[in-house]
Amino acid sequence: MSTATGKAALALASAALLLYGAGGAPAQTEGDTIVLGAAVSLTGKYSVNGKNTKDGYDLAVKRLNEMGGVKVGAKSYKLKVVYYDDESTPARGAQLAERLINQDGVKFVLGAYSSGLTKAIAPITEKYKVPHVEGNGAARELFTEGYKYLFGVLSTSDYYLRDAVNMAAEVAKENGRDPKSMKIAMAFENDPFSLDVRAGILEAAKKHGMKVLVDDKLPPEINDMAATLTKVKAVKPDLLLVSGHEKGATLVVRQISEMKIDVSIVATTHCDSAKIAETMGKQAEGILCASQWDRTLAYKDKWFGSADEYAKTFQKEFNYPAPYQAAESTASVLVFADAFQRAGSLDPAKVRDAIAKTDMMTFYGPIKFDETGKNTAKPMVLYQVQGGDYKVVFPSKWAETKIKYPRKLPTN
Amino acid sequence: MENLRLLFDAPILTVQILLDGILIGAIFALAAYGMMLVWGVLNIINVAQGELVMLGGYVAFFLYKAGINPLFGVPLAAVLLFVVGWLLYRIVIFRIVDKDLFISILATFGLSILIQQLAKVAFSPDVRTPQTGFGSISMFSGAVTVTWIKIISFAAALVTGGVLVWFLRTTRMGQAIRATSQNARAARVMGIDTDRVYAWTFGVNAAICGASGALVAMTYLVDPYIGLPYTIRSFMIVIVAGLGNISAVLATAIGLGASENVAAFLFGAEYQIAFVYGLLVVILISRRILLARQRRYLA
Repeated sequence: MSTATGKAALALASAALLLYGAGGAPAQTEGDTIVLGAAVSLTGKYSVNGKNTKDGYDLAVKRLNEMGGVKVGAKSYKLKVVYYDDESTPARGAQLAERLINQDGVKFVLGAYSSGLTKAIAPITEKYKVPHVEGNGAARELFTEGYKYLFGVLSTSDYYLRDAVNMAAEVAKENGRDPKSMKIAMAFENDPFSLDVRAGILEAAKKHGMKVLVDDKLPPEINDMAATLTKVKAVKPDLLLVSGHEKGATLVVRQISEMKIDVSIVATTHCDSAKIAETMGKQAEGILCASQWDRTLAYKDKWFGSADEYAKTFQKEFNYPAPYQAAESTASVLVFADAFQRAGSLDPAKVRDAIAKTDMMTFYGPIKFDETGKNTAKPMVLYQVQGGDYKVVFPSKWAETKIKYPRKLPTN
Repeated sequence: MENLRLLFDAPILTVQILLDGILIGAIFALAAYGMMLVWGVLNIINVAQGELVMLGGYVAFFLYKAGINPLFGVPLAAVLLFVVGWLLYRIVIFRIVDKDLFISILATFGLSILIQQLAKVAFSPDVRTPQTGFGSISMFSGAVTVTWIKIISFAAALVTGGVLVWFLRTTRMGQAIRATSQNARAARVMGIDTDRVYAWTFGVNAAICGASGALVAMTYLVDPYIGLPYTIRSFMIVIVAGLGNISAVLATAIGLGASENVAAFLFGAEYQIAFVYGLLVVILISRRILLARQRRYLA
């Protein structure tokens, strides 16, 4: 046994050495190319969104390079991104961030997917004073640590389903019901993102005086929500709110239909990247989805044109509709490009100061960072699946369609 | 405790929870039959069990995508996965039979990662939900609902268990498998081609896993990473039920499914897995105490 262990350890160690030696050591610039670095989840449980993230970065880099690159001072630079696979594990992400900075000489880091990984990487970029712009770590506490080098272009996670509750209150009033009489059932994966979503909901529920009757936490390897949903069925809530990435969204849509659970408002996160409207047919009708961004919004910029044009370019390049995870990743690269130009230098400290002063409009929405580094200029949107398509129904200001309320149980 | 009160207020919920648990237990049973076979005959703990389940799920999904009812995926997945299992044996597994148990765990663990990643590259990491369109039945004026596909899974678990017993008892290959599991060397001396027996055993295991995977995909969903819970559950079930007793495996699986669903309802879904492991520890310790007592009588 012990010799076997020894041999295995030796084999692993030599494999690790091989991998270690394989990577080159480019500097922050290679000739006239600025090198950005990113650890993204290409394998593991975040691999869907990890790929969205990478595609978003790649599209931005491609577009910027097509347009002649980024002008820093008098010289034009092309952009390039070095990627590593963080396997959806924070420890690996932290290791890879060290590696990007120390071995590959990267001086500008693009964010990983998910709050957990961003949380692991942020202390490293902070330690080496490397600007870190991310579009996929939405945890509120990322921006309460006093980090100076971390910037997030997206709305923080406590805003994801907050508006579903606000909207429920609005709709209740319109239908002559006191929002105080509304009951909430909710379930969350036990990860930092979803727990922030939960905190936001609790705040909103308190504001409107709504009662929370079911409050379950789902394990990450969840394959079945029957136990939680049995409870939901018994307490007959007015709102069902779920945050569990693609799997959670898919499961709740499938199982509330199969278990015939009739709830007026059902809202989840990640249902657009889970493609519920495309693949789940009638079961998905009337489900509300929280989203950072939508192609129908009236935002515009000089790189991609309108949000809709961005979506078209993306679809042409990658053959699937642009999810917001990709849009916010693209926006992160645009923030760097804009900051390089304004800083007129590739000195990380100067670039950092330029990023902090960002005030720009993109196809993804307005970007302006507060002193903690989060983008406070852009609101969240809520979709509803109507007729097999995602329609923006909230905030009412930009809503293309009116919400269908109450949601009717689909008949199979 | 609120949850407990809910059960007293609406006792009918107990029916729903137990039914869901029993029916998912049946799916666990299928993967566990296979693990028991491979463990008993090849003395290998196959950590890639869940990945075979996952591959079966994709068979159902691709049928669904081609416009065929994914239910046909159950037999088709069994056939295709038999071939996959047979090939896996010829390429990898035969090298680790007769080796240390540790080596087999390491090798199959590697296989599980490899299969997972290949599936990710080939099928994309998207979550897939093949639909049978069978819907569900409601009982007690809608208070309890059960999907048809769960009932079909349950029936499939019973039938597969029965077929397995028949196969092992009466067919030549089945007898050869049993002989090999009793004593591989003696079986070889008696002229049994144990290598072929091993390949068959692994193939049959993969076939059962494939069928259960098709059922999983139709009942819940499939993505490249769904395997792990099925590996863990089947491992647990075989530990509790012991090697060589198919009806014990079925009973344990159903018991496990039901008890973990009750636990998830009462304590919240976050304690579901913790409860499963807690139960395993209790069973192992109490069994040890019982055995120790028996030994004292003997002495």
